[in-house]
Amino acid sequence: MARVGVFVCHCGENIARTVDCSSVAERASKLRDVVYSVDYKYMCSDPGQTLIKDAVKKYELTGVVIASCSPLMHEKTFRRAVSEAGLNPFLCEMANIREHCSWVHEDKEDATQKAFDLIRIMVEKVKRNHPLQPIRIPVTRRAMVIGGGVAGIQASLDIADGGRQVVLVEKSPSIGGHMAQLSETFPTLDCSQCILTPKMVSVNSHKNIKLYTYSEVESVEGYIGNFEVTIRKKARYVDDTKCTGCGICQQKCPMKKIPGEFNTGLGKRTAIYVPFPQAVPNIPVIDKENCTYFKTGKCKACEKFCDRKAIDFEQKDEFIKEKVGAIVVATGYDLYSIKKEQNFPTVKGYGEYGYGKYPDVINSLQFERLLSASGPTFGEVKRPSDGKTPETVVFIQCVGSRDDAKGISYCSKICCMYTAKHTMLYKHKVHNGKAFVFYMDIRSAGKNYDEFVRRAIEEDEAVYLRGRVSKIYQEGDKLIVKGADTLSGTQVEIAADLVVLATAMTAQSDIVPLAQKLGVGYDKYHFLSEAHPKLRPVETNSAGIFLAGACQAPKDIPEAVAQASAAASKVLGLCSSEELEREPYVATVNETTCAGCGFCITACPYQAIERKEIKNRNGEVLKTVASVNHGVCQGCGTCLSICRSKSIDLAGFTDEEVYAEIDAMFA
Amino acid sequence: MDYGYFPGCSLHSTAKEFNISTKAVCDEIDIKLKEIDDWVCCGATPAHNTKEELGIALPYSNLLSASGQGLDNVVAPCAACYNRLKTAKHHVNNSETIKNRMTEILGDEINTDIKVFHVLELLRDEYGYEKLKTMVKKPLKDLKVACYYGCLLVRPTDVVNFDDPEDPVSMDDLVTVTGAQPVQWSHKTECCGASHAIPQTNVVLELVRRILNAAKIAGADCIAVACPLCHVNLDMRQSQINNEFMTEFKTPILYITQLVALSLGVDYKKLGFESHFNEPFTLLKEKGII
Amino acid sequence: MQLHLDESVDNFTDEFKKLSNIDLYNCYQCGKCTAGCPVAGFMDKTPNQIIRFIQLNQPEIVLNSKTPYICASCNTCSARCPKDIDIARVMETIRILGVKKGIKPKVKGAAEFNKLFLKYVKTEGRSYELGMTAEFNIRTGQFLKDAALGAEMFMKRKISLLPEGVKNKKRIKKIFEKSDYFVSRNDSDNKNIKEH
Repeated sequence: MARVGVFVCHCGENIARTVDCSSVAERASKLRDVVYSVDYKYMCSDPGQTLIKDAVKKYELTGVVIASCSPLMHEKTFRRAVSEAGLNPFLCEMANIREHCSWVHEDKEDATQKAFDLIRIMVEKVKRNHPLQPIRIPVTRRAMVIGGGVAGIQASLDIADGGRQVVLVEKSPSIGGHMAQLSETFPTLDCSQCILTPKMVSVNSHKNIKLYTYSEVESVEGYIGNFEVTIRKKARYVDDTKCTGCGICQQKCPMKKIPGEFNTGLGKRTAIYVPFPQAVPNIPVIDKENCTYFKTGKCKACEKFCDRKAIDFEQKDEFIKEKVGAIVVATGYDLYSIKKEQNFPTVKGYGEYGYGKYPDVINSLQFERLLSASGPTFGEVKRPSDGKTPETVVFIQCVGSRDDAKGISYCSKICCMYTAKHTMLYKHKVHNGKAFVFYMDIRSAGKNYDEFVRRAIEEDEAVYLRGRVSKIYQEGDKLIVKGADTLSGTQVEIAADLVVLATAMTAQSDIVPLAQKLGVGYDKYHFLSEAHPKLRPVETNSAGIFLAGACQAPKDIPEAVAQASAAASKVLGLCSSEELEREPYVATVNETTCAGCGFCITACPYQAIERKEIKNRNGEVLKTVASVNHGVCQGCGTCLSICRSKSIDLAGFTDEEVYAEIDAMFA
Repeated sequence: MDYGYFPGCSLHSTAKEFNISTKAVCDEIDIKLKEIDDWVCCGATPAHNTKEELGIALPYSNLLSASGQGLDNVVAPCAACYNRLKTAKHHVNNSETIKNRMTEILGDEINTDIKVFHVLELLRDEYGYEKLKTMVKKPLKDLKVACYYGCLLVRPTDVVNFDDPEDPVSMDDLVTVTGAQPVQWSHKTECCGASHAIPQTNVVLELVRRILNAAKIAGADCIAVACPLCHVNLDMRQSQINNEFMTEFKTPILYITQLVALSLGVDYKKLGFESHFNEPFTLLKEKGII
Repeated sequence: MQLHLDESVDNFTDEFKKLSNIDLYNCYQCGKCTAGCPVAGFMDKTPNQIIRFIQLNQPEIVLNSKTPYICASCNTCSARCPKDIDIARVMETIRILGVKKGIKPKVKGAAEFNKLFLKYVKTEGRSYELGMTAEFNIRTGQFLKDAALGAEMFMKRKISLLPEGVKNKKRIKKIFEKSDYFVSRNDSDNKNIKEH
């Protein structure tokens, strides 16, 4: 026999102004199976909650309906209250007579009737509710961080300092990412590597961090708290247990003219190489495509000279399985290229700037390498074509960004700041040099950012021209830049020695396979999708997988670091106990009636359903049915709608409960 | 296959060399051109700058005539006529309203399937450069050519759409087929001033000066064109430019079809070179072509 | 110059959209059109400024500027515009609107050239170089303009004394008479507007 209590809240004037709460409570008391009905000014307050608790005990209630605000506001509050009074919290439901009634209607009579109807419907549901227990799943209290740039490094250090083990996987031979390629960072003009390398060294020496470099994620199985990730450790052809990083192999390697990735193609490296002197780990890698031995079978100079016998041409890729409870994706960004051939089919190259065929039209990262003391020109600004010092440099912002015609509509956020930085660093190195910047807007919204840009203009005399550039072409040894200055209403032409393009920050060209392995969504630009842009910026819609850094959207270093720490805190929260508690809104299969058709398996957006074999005592398979993993199921109900035999039901929203609501609605 | 031929007003007058050389090339490689009966002026610039509908109806009436003659394609050597024909077709294909208006104005049902080719497209896509290479008898060795596409061959991109608007190569590749060397230069698609030649000559002089200068800097011996108005502006006005800007340009301006015809072995005396303002004979003799 | 923007009664931007099929609200005034325009140096208002004045509902300024008549329809601006706006068509629309409203262009000779070219096309069916340039010179008071070049052209037989006419002259006359200044578009005919 059901004994339901109804509690109607006034919510001050919010509800009471439009709904006649006492009459609604009065009518509710006459409903079948309602044994107690009352109205009160503030149900969520301490006295309000006491009212509920006392009623539960006194009237031996088997179900409670609270007619007040949205469950998103106070469901937890009321469920905790009834639970303290000894009633299962899932036998407490809310009827929303505020957001769904008093706040959206004006006619008092109609609103009052509607409030009563909403209560009536909820009473019918709660009578059929089952007492549910939260689901507990075990947690592997370790984390994985994919990507060893500044975001990945920060996240790893924070998680490791929080006492949890971290597996850091980086696909290139060293951690450091793009930040290691920068010369100085805005707005402080700190030397980028000087502030980053201490963190890199900490990562390598931290007892809680296991570092895999030159490695990639091969596959991901499992679910929140219980991931199993297979890592492919690519063959370096160098034994990392023997190598001391002495560097003799690189000195002796005969292949010295390979354009290096770290120096953005402006400098040369050897076939056996360490990407930069401060690399972590300081263990070289053999570039198979360009190694004489791999191409012709001759040479082996590195092996000859290595006194630790660390070279191993027979090395193979290794597959390692790691079990973790949480994953942080911090894979970073790529830069848009102006070449005709593009990574994304929706993006076009910049024919009007030469499609990349002019050697003295470079991008901003290449300019960073020219400025950097450890770069291909040892910090002297020399132009790639003839090594001369450029006296006139033109910087162009928004190349690719904010350009619908080229296929990239967004703003890349950092270019205004780093271009100002470039003009300043250029002026500090080339005192007679003249820097021109073509811009559309200046976006300098961070702390001390606008003052930084003003410094470039006011102190370092950079000339800022408001307009885009239509064409760049070569005339002799100069580059003719045809732009505009809309502020003076003129067409502007500059004969430059060097042109630096602030090209758009894009998603990594090969991110999609990884995103699909993780089940993480991405937008049309392949930036990974956060769960909610305002309130859940570091979570994804895949439980247990978090984001940090530029893989989510263009951002600068302070934001990437902040996001990394935020993701780390989420991870530490997840790993804070041995078990994870989840709300019990999960689907369950009736194995008797289930035909094993598998439609639900295909339909489940979270891949939470598997096939399960039912065997007899002899081990013979009697039938295959569907089985829901309660750790992954998000309770969306898709499987229910697709099941042809009605063999799957959703706890908390069973067919019986929901149909009762619908029947009550039309009664 | 018969190709409909739309010479346009210029090819019958100021650009007769283009007409002669195009026909000579087609004769050599067995392409049959059938001039459209009683074709009318495409309207060029003045029509589309005076009345939008006139600018579409005039060229479209020629497509109707061609269609009425049983032709399912039209070759237009003049870049301006080509552009107007393609634009008219583009508008009619993309807008029911315009299609209906054209039916009203021209009084005939519109055939939207008729294809429009420029002579470059004809040679590249219909005939094929590989095949053309095998027909070359006298490669134009040592001749450095700046290929000037101008505006109307490559823009607007969604109407014309047969080459990259920033870095086109169809003419350059054709020049390579003839044995000559196309040079890399900066003003491939920069406007010559077009029909401003008469009402605003000063504008044309400045624009053409830039083009001639860029070709000179790139080391070109001559400039190849595929548009009558570009030819007139670049060729006829060189002396005026030299007077105005104290320059010494003496750059022969050749139609691309003249170069192709020469390489196919056509007698140079039959290609209209004598009516150029900047005689090309000296250059061609120097390079051993004639 | 002072603009009183609250005082615009008619919305020129919207009227312009109906005529040209282009939505100028999309233009973010980056200036790339101006940057690449080969003839911008001869204009009184730069191309992006013309668009700005349309955005600010100033038909008088736009129709009385030299700029649309200096424009050579080279389409460089339209090809490079990052918002895919057909600026060349904007200029063309202003020119046609100028003809329709009977405005005399501030560039000498611009209107005469077009009128004369079309006059001969209307009567003969094809353009008549000699007649057109001769009449142009007379009407603009530049009697000896390009005389030497014209003579040389004639001697090289590149222009003829008499016009080359078509047979069916009635047909072409009809085309001229039936053509309207602008195609009357309705809102559903959206294929030509490049949307984002």
